[in-house]
Amino acid sequence: MMEDKIRTFLTGRFGDKILSEYSHRGQLSFYVQAQAVREVILALKADSELKFDFLTDITAVDHQGQSWEKEGRFEIIYILTSLKNTSRIILRTKLQEDAASIATLSGDWGCANWLEREVWDLMGIKFEGHPDLTKILTVEELEGHPLRKDFGITYEMPQFSHNSSDIEVVPDNPHH
Amino acid sequence: MGLEEKIPEGIALTTVDTMVNWARKRSIWPLGFGLACCAIEMMSTFASRFDVARFGMEVMRSSPRQADLIIVSGRVTQKMAPVLRKLYEQMPDPKWVISMGACASCGGVFNNYAIVQGVDRVVPVDIYVPGCPPRPEQLIDGILKLHAKIEKESLRAKPKSAARTQTADDAAKKADA
Repeated sequence: MMEDKIRTFLTGRFGDKILSEYSHRGQLSFYVQAQAVREVILALKADSELKFDFLTDITAVDHQGQSWEKEGRFEIIYILTSLKNTSRIILRTKLQEDAASIATLSGDWGCANWLEREVWDLMGIKFEGHPDLTKILTVEELEGHPLRKDFGITYEMPQFSHNSSDIEVVPDNPHH
Repeated sequence: MGLEEKIPEGIALTTVDTMVNWARKRSIWPLGFGLACCAIEMMSTFASRFDVARFGMEVMRSSPRQADLIIVSGRVTQKMAPVLRKLYEQMPDPKWVISMGACASCGGVFNNYAIVQGVDRVVPVDIYVPGCPPRPEQLIDGILKLHAKIEKESLRAKPKSAARTQTADDAAKKADA
């Protein structure tokens, strides 16, 4: 079984750096120590049998306000695909709010450059060593990282009869 | 009675405004500009079942230079706003704007960092068509209301672009002061 192979490979080679395993509807994922993520991913990429040489996606979750937030507010998720074995693996790592940065993969996969910029733009995770960590999706004028839980949900306060006097005048759109 | 009796058969009297407006309202060429799910309803409106060719507007122009009407059919993102504005400015006068659906009119359910809360912050809107998305009948009703509006327009009125340039100048002056 592919899953057993991956499990043996990871636990045998990295031991304590693999924190836990988690499976959801047959999709296998491993929690990895934040400092070891790049090392683990590159080993999976380089191994001639597993050959996870295709980086499908990098994404992130904000756990602010959840009971498990103390384990780390941000969760970075790497999805790797092995074209050789047509199998997929998900690596997750948790970052504390005050240390929201992780090693870049942009030197290892060209696509990681834009994926990491997207995570930076929307979630504010720093990727150490990224050649150009700048906005990629949101408008230049926008400050902050809109997919963080503490970013205001609404652009404008909805106006009802009971709060119409409380609504501030909203500044005009910059493109007006 | 009056002048009409004295003019020969086959000649009718009217005003230039009435004639020009009649011609304009019956040949509005819209810009092919679809933004979201409302554009699907817009396409349906333009296809054979609802057939706006009945109102002389079956040709969607691919260039704003040939268009008279822009139907903002869907949500306008903050990044699309300057594009929409530019397309509007590239259209020659006379020109009209229909804001189709809740998102274009007020942001709809997308009250967030990415979506412009009402396209009237970017371009002057003539007709708002409510709905999410509006049915083709509603869009056609909006188009007919636009026809009624065009009938009341006058050639003596300032072209929209000239009027707007002045406002833009005022805004620039205000910003400088």
